[in-house]
Amino acid sequence: MSIAINRDKCIGCGRCTQACPGSLIGMSQGKAVMRYPEECWGCTACLKECPVHAVRLFLGADIGGGGTLLHTERQGEILRWIFERPDGTVQEIPIDTRESNKY
Amino acid sequence: METVRLNTDILVIGGGTAGCWAAITIAEQSGLDVLICEKAGIKRSGCLAAGVNALNAYITEGKTPQDYADYCEKDAAGIVRGDLLLTMSERLNSVTEKLERLGLVILKDEQGRYAARGDRNIKINGENIKPLIAQEVRRHSQISVLEHVDITDLETSSGRASGAYGFGIEDGTFYAISAKAVIIATGGAAGLYRPNNPGFSKHKMWYPPFNTGAGYAMGILHGAEMTTFEMRFIALRCKDTIAPTGTLAQGAGAKQINALGEVYEQKYGLTTSERVYGTVMENLAGRGPCYLRTKGISREKAQSLEKAYLNMAPSQTLKWLESGVPVEEQDVEIEGTEPYIVGGHTASGFWVDTARMTTIPGLFAAGDVSGGAPQKYVTGALAEGEIAGESAVRYAEKLIPEPLPEESVQAHINETEGFLSGRKSLYTAPQLEEAMQTVMDKYAGGIGASYRFTEAQLDIADRRIAQLFELSGQLSADSPRELLRIYELRERLVVCRSVIAHLRARQETRWHCFAENLDWPERNDRDWRKYVNSRLENGKIRVIFRELISGGETYEHSDKQG
Repeated sequence: MSIAINRDKCIGCGRCTQACPGSLIGMSQGKAVMRYPEECWGCTACLKECPVHAVRLFLGADIGGGGTLLHTERQGEILRWIFERPDGTVQEIPIDTRESNKY
Repeated sequence: METVRLNTDILVIGGGTAGCWAAITIAEQSGLDVLICEKAGIKRSGCLAAGVNALNAYITEGKTPQDYADYCEKDAAGIVRGDLLLTMSERLNSVTEKLERLGLVILKDEQGRYAARGDRNIKINGENIKPLIAQEVRRHSQISVLEHVDITDLETSSGRASGAYGFGIEDGTFYAISAKAVIIATGGAAGLYRPNNPGFSKHKMWYPPFNTGAGYAMGILHGAEMTTFEMRFIALRCKDTIAPTGTLAQGAGAKQINALGEVYEQKYGLTTSERVYGTVMENLAGRGPCYLRTKGISREKAQSLEKAYLNMAPSQTLKWLESGVPVEEQDVEIEGTEPYIVGGHTASGFWVDTARMTTIPGLFAAGDVSGGAPQKYVTGALAEGEIAGESAVRYAEKLIPEPLPEESVQAHINETEGFLSGRKSLYTAPQLEEAMQTVMDKYAGGIGASYRFTEAQLDIADRRIAQLFELSGQLSADSPRELLRIYELRERLVVCRSVIAHLRARQETRWHCFAENLDWPERNDRDWRKYVNSRLENGKIRVIFRELISGGETYEHSDKQG
């Protein structure tokens, strides 16, 4: 369980470093870096903070990860959860944040 | 090191659910200043980082606060504080309404009432619940927030809590903070035991891995009385992702089945500990692995589950997608977690009076750090934050501030500088952490021991943990981050020793798995319907037994320290 930060996309705003509940993300040469990947809880706070969708969540291979990367994009009231598989296919689950859970 | 001195009326240690709510309460009900000290940033820190998908503690129509307290008492097999549960339950609905005013989405029926899930739960979209609470904190000019600062110790030399010490985890600045009253809201303790996934995904756990039991440890070292540390919490979770199972079991009606496809949950019972126990027993009997039966649910239901998990535990939805098999065509494998000490689910924590003051005058406790009131969940933590906030106001309003004793400030600076002095250390904090988790796993009833222990094993655990604590005093840090690791390790080691002492003291098995004592395998209501409490006195843990306290009573400490 951890995150991968796309260095090319990162604009160095530092919002993820403030949001991480474990203070695991730092800045290096103006870009965010995951300093302690094995200490990630997988909460996705950083994904939701990132204004340019540079942060991706992945499952460790030890818990069944197969290389799929997850990120979120917010459009108004819709939070889009986007899954990119290693074969290049993409799946999206949009969630209306005004709707409550059914279960 | 650079030292910053701060003064406030009320210091709140820990900016999670209960701490933020306590600060909001103080700002609304008094003119006092509040300072929240938080190890990370309050927007997403604590248990609510990823969100929640239901409020599990709500008094639904036709039910009373006493009904909720009775449910908690039954689930905990009687070892609860009736006074704390009732005063908490009375506020569950008002804090819920306040959450809605702050912007939380709550599902309603046609009449505009909250839609209930069972007797005690209501359905929400709680992905953003912590940002909403943090935003409300920021709205109050009376509240200051100090983020990325780890509090390492309390000041109690005048006989009451008059401040705390800590350091900036990024810049290493030392902080000495004086206050008229202190609210401790640091949460429970994870990472004491070897976790489910000890490798790369070691922090993929149920409870926040950043909650190290700091508040418990500070209290223990200052002689505060603690209660019920033997009632460990073990959650039944989805394997690997350690995602919640309640949404599948209570929400979608999935049954627990073994590898033969047999429903086994009725065989062992449905309390939290019995659900874990049944799963352990089926595995030991060779009928594992165990699952929640989701095969055969409708596509529509499967899609709702995918969304529900994205709103609270996104890794489970990711796992489903990674498997390549649709949710409705597979069962979800389940397992018990490592044991945690967490007063919001079981009854472990500070021994408080009905007003939530600990046995240290001026030190109040709320949320997972506070004992006696299990099944708090989110709304119970808020209710306790409110009560502790109100009590701290009453306490602080009549006090004049007193400065921190200079020799104590200097001693704390010296301790911190000692770890940063560049001395040679054979071991590192991560090595000692691994050793601690291995000892607890093998000798104090971890996953590897199927949660069981004997007195002889606990004796070994106690000796080994004491030795590790000694070694931790010689550790060396070359950055504030490493300093944080050392303090977190030492906090956990202090908590481990109390857990061991409590497990040893309760000579019965009242809760399967939570405290599975092989020397005393039966429940014994004649002798053990009482609290096991403890205090550290002259370096030794003294066990204290206390009689049960029921709802409607007001409990005051009769032997306060000072």
